[in-house]
Amino acid sequence: MLAKRIIPCLDVREGRVVKGVQFEDLIDAGDPVEAASRYDQEGADELTFLDITASHENRDTILDVVRRTAEAVFIPLTVGGGIRTNEDIRRLLNAGADKVGINTAAVFRPEFVQEASSRFGSQCIVVAIDAKCVEKDAHGQPIRWQIFTHGGRKLTGLDAVDWAQRMETYGAGEILLTSMDRDGTKIGYDLALTRAIAQATTIPVIASGGVGTLQHMLEGLQQGGADAVLAASIFHFRQHTIPECKQFLQNRGIEVRL
Amino acid sequence: MITVIDYGSGNLRSVAKALEKSGGRVLVSQRPEDIRQADRILLPGVGAFGDCRHNLEKAQLIEPVLQHIQAGKPFLGICVGMQLLFGEGHEFGIHPGLNLFPGKVVTFDKTMPDPHNSAMTLKVPHMGWNRVRQNRPHPLWAGIPQESFFYFVHSYHGLPDHSECTVGTSVYGIPFCAAIARDNLFATQFHPEKSQNLGLKILENFLSWSP
Repeated sequence: MLAKRIIPCLDVREGRVVKGVQFEDLIDAGDPVEAASRYDQEGADELTFLDITASHENRDTILDVVRRTAEAVFIPLTVGGGIRTNEDIRRLLNAGADKVGINTAAVFRPEFVQEASSRFGSQCIVVAIDAKCVEKDAHGQPIRWQIFTHGGRKLTGLDAVDWAQRMETYGAGEILLTSMDRDGTKIGYDLALTRAIAQATTIPVIASGGVGTLQHMLEGLQQGGADAVLAASIFHFRQHTIPECKQFLQNRGIEVRL
Repeated sequence: MITVIDYGSGNLRSVAKALEKSGGRVLVSQRPEDIRQADRILLPGVGAFGDCRHNLEKAQLIEPVLQHIQAGKPFLGICVGMQLLFGEGHEFGIHPGLNLFPGKVVTFDKTMPDPHNSAMTLKVPHMGWNRVRQNRPHPLWAGIPQESFFYFVHSYHGLPDHSECTVGTSVYGIPFCAAIARDNLFATQFHPEKSQNLGLKILENFLSWSP
């Protein structure tokens, strides 16, 4: 059976790993290539770099990080952040990335996803969706979400479920779904959001935003229906190792690669 | 010298890096003469079947590839590089393959129930790590435990007319052909170059294979 994937995510800013709370208050968490190699050796299923470098001039730094990672790491690597053109994608793939995450540029010009997937193949186009709850039911359960861009600062008015379906028809191979309400809070994924998107689409969904415990990862896979779970601080700050995480999931009946 | 065929498809850097890590001397090339001179060739591939076929033709690579194979020299296909060995591909229309393995390449059925969650249907592409059952021993399986995990990413899979050429099987909704082989040909639907140590082991086995 296809194993559920465990994906450590590294936020990279000007060549260093950083970690923040709800996209702010960044602290240094080390060298990305070192961290990537460690996760690879521990048995991570894939790796994701999110380039949050502020200035456009320093964009080439990520290419160097990707190049050095590809020398040492032989599992799939996804790179997202600031990707606007097919040329950006080509350069990342040539440097050694296997997939790219497209977020803001897709919102501004959805046809970009179409162009990118027809040129490079759906398998390497991950559409990253940052969603925030805009409506709850009488019991306080979230029922509607909208898309945000610019690292969560700009509301677009787009419904998250509609948007995910549209991105699938435009050729996205996978959805990286981040709950803006949960990101950095350590209170667990937004399971209602994850489930809504997983059921509305037929491409894999990666749950992201809010992991604080291994139980949260189990919930994202079981109740959220995610195909993969992404986490950052739980791994960076050595709260849990990848093998601990996988053993926990396997003991609870989840197929993982151990 | 191993030549990795560059016909404008896929992340060749990771294939080349993985081969180098496994001890190979690697040339990435799209020149027919580099394929003619190669001891071994590796045909990678991502993207649509028809595009890949078209690009191979446009670069005038089909003839040297077939000559290499007829000469009995080792050949490894990966992903669409495996699918191209079949008779025909059914992706965006029907396209002829190289017909080294009679059969066709068809899509996974998105209406099948998801084995993890019966409320949902099968997610396509089949993306991630899946177990591969070795149907029979082969020099490229040397040192690889039965039912090991390898990394897959694909929406289509090969259906060989002759099941005896299937050397690896995986299950995604249905059992499907994960690796085929005969004589000097070996090909995998999964990506050895992205399958960590066991993937590198297959590449290492390929580099020392004398069929």
